[in-house]
Amino acid sequence: MEVKPSIARGSTRRVLIPALTVCAGMFLFGFALVPLYRLVCTHVLGIRVDDAPSAAAVSAVDRARTVTVQLMGHVHSDLRWQFAPEQSQLRVHPGALTVAWFSASNGTAQALTGHAVPSIAPSQAALYFNKVECFCFTDQTLKAGESRRMPVRFAVDPQLPRSISTITLAYTFYENPLAAGTATVAAAPAG
Amino acid sequence: MATHAGTHDDHDAKPGFAQRWLFATNHKDIGTMYLVFSLIMFFIGGSMAMIIRAELFEPGLQLVQPYFFNEMTTMHALIMIFGAVMPAFVGLANWMVPLMVGAPDMALPRMNNWSFWILPFAFVLLLSTLFMPGGAPAAGWVMYPPLVLQGGDSIAFMIFAIHLMGISSIMGAINIIATILNLRAPGMDLLKMPLFVWTWLITAFLLIAVMPVLAGAVTMLLTDKFFGTSFFNAAGGGDPLLYQHIFWFFGHPEVYIMILPAFGIISEIIPTFSRKPLFGYKPMVYATASIAFLSFTVWAHHMFTVGLPLGGLLFFMYATMLISVPTGVKVFNWVTTMWKGSLTFETPMLFAVAFVILFTIGGFSGVMLALVPADFQYHNTYFVVAHFHYVLVSGAVFGIMAGTYYWIPKWTGHMYSERWGKIHFWNSVIAVNVLFFPQHFLGLAGMPRRIPDYNVAFADWNMVSSIGGFWFGLSQLIFVGNIIYTVYFARQKASARVWEGARGLEWTVPSPAPHHTFEVPPVILPGMLAHDDVSH
Repeated sequence: MEVKPSIARGSTRRVLIPALTVCAGMFLFGFALVPLYRLVCTHVLGIRVDDAPSAAAVSAVDRARTVTVQLMGHVHSDLRWQFAPEQSQLRVHPGALTVAWFSASNGTAQALTGHAVPSIAPSQAALYFNKVECFCFTDQTLKAGESRRMPVRFAVDPQLPRSISTITLAYTFYENPLAAGTATVAAAPAG
Repeated sequence: MATHAGTHDDHDAKPGFAQRWLFATNHKDIGTMYLVFSLIMFFIGGSMAMIIRAELFEPGLQLVQPYFFNEMTTMHALIMIFGAVMPAFVGLANWMVPLMVGAPDMALPRMNNWSFWILPFAFVLLLSTLFMPGGAPAAGWVMYPPLVLQGGDSIAFMIFAIHLMGISSIMGAINIIATILNLRAPGMDLLKMPLFVWTWLITAFLLIAVMPVLAGAVTMLLTDKFFGTSFFNAAGGGDPLLYQHIFWFFGHPEVYIMILPAFGIISEIIPTFSRKPLFGYKPMVYATASIAFLSFTVWAHHMFTVGLPLGGLLFFMYATMLISVPTGVKVFNWVTTMWKGSLTFETPMLFAVAFVILFTIGGFSGVMLALVPADFQYHNTYFVVAHFHYVLVSGAVFGIMAGTYYWIPKWTGHMYSERWGKIHFWNSVIAVNVLFFPQHFLGLAGMPRRIPDYNVAFADWNMVSSIGGFWFGLSQLIFVGNIIYTVYFARQKASARVWEGARGLEWTVPSPAPHHTFEVPPVILPGMLAHDDVSH
């Protein structure tokens, strides 16, 4: 059924073009949300976004203080991997973003998927140990004979009680049989 | 198109099956396809809900693995929202908007065909993930990263399916806007349009404003998962919270997309069966527009617990509570329309009255959830599940059913079975309360949502809720039975007006509505429209 132009009050094009423009604009709006937020905060509301408390906490490094972070790596007996930290301990300033490397290798003839579970001692320190990125956030699949270096990026909160001078970060790798076949290499972080 | 007109001089000629349905450009045929499609999706999504309620019948894990349970909650929501409720409203708009404004068809008939035929492909993509290694998406319909990004490759299928649904919705919305703005019959002024047309016009504006935002959000998920971007990855400088802001900027207007057309249907039905004009027509239009406008300013009330600054919490709390003002205007106007009317309670009116009462209960629990200190307690509990099912099932779905019973005599030319309509209504309205009311108690007692197993302390109310669930699910078979009866077997012919108190252009054409209507714009006579005199 073709609509006779005489019936229409206006041209369809005059609705179509603005509507599609709004669609394109709103698609871009999602991507522009962060820059827009910064613009509105700094120029309209007078809030300086980069001085927000959370950003300040990461940037303020307490150079006067040094904390020892001990690293340990275990493998649960079901998972036939080798897994160890590259350094057994690090000395860090509270607030400084630090990277520690662990390496794992799969000496068997088949691909295995493991998941690392972290543990922090003393337990009071757990509240002040902030991991930004960790291989323990996702499943790790190692192919037969594959080795991989895996990072954990962390910062110790400067609010850490004075009484704590040493923190132990221990990982235990467990096999994840449920993940077999579903975990992909893409799920593992690069590095 | 000249050749088209040349081959179809005789409007009563029956085209072949493919010609009529695959290449459909007739608004009534496309409306029918939308409605049938949404009914099928309603049952697919409903059977997933039955699996969920069966697993929750008793504490412990009896029937399904937890991961499959999560797939069910995710797919149930996606299918009900994008497959059942939204296409049902688009189907009703396709059928009724041209009839109500006196237009010969939708403004863009070929695009209309495309809007519909995208949908089956979108849902085949989405449902096919159930049969893939690794299973369907299971991170909830809100698709929060980083959890959703840890799923298998099936999330790519979900994202493309959502892109297709979005394209379909946007094209449908543009078509409805063009039809309403350009093809109204002479004399059908904007402020004489039926309320269903008004609510759909406003809904269509919401759709073109927010569906692209959802498309952007899921595109970011796609590139984060497969192309190494870091929109939502803290290690790469992104922020998972950004996703929640973008998603709910779409998500809150989306809930009004799912309820405003139902408001319109109810605003048609209540005056008809009260035999009185709608009380406060203009305030109804302005209230709908205010709700739509405010819906863009309240998205963060879905994420009060993420650590927003106090100023943000207060702004979003007050803005959310403000929405209850125009919503209250609507509820009071419906009640006032019924006040001192000559009421009769045919099935559409029963569903409409139940809608007003049960939607208001859902609205009240919404106001409770809007309060920041209370929300910290209710967040992610069954209280939220009870709230949104009251507004979506006994709100949107009851609205669709009311509209179906109200207009099906116009579509088919036959009366549905009033007796079975009433049986369907009473079973549905009792079962829906048995199903969802106990979930308020569960939520207040602290039962979290999206879990396959729970503390034995929650056992009794879960069993009651599951019984209500099976009851409600089975009751919907009566609905399908009644529709099949009306289409194929009913003998009682419907008159053009169908209902004694019905007014508006759709009741001036014969029942069943001929394949082509209003090829010559109707001459609108005094008293023909429901809202001729809108001085009040």
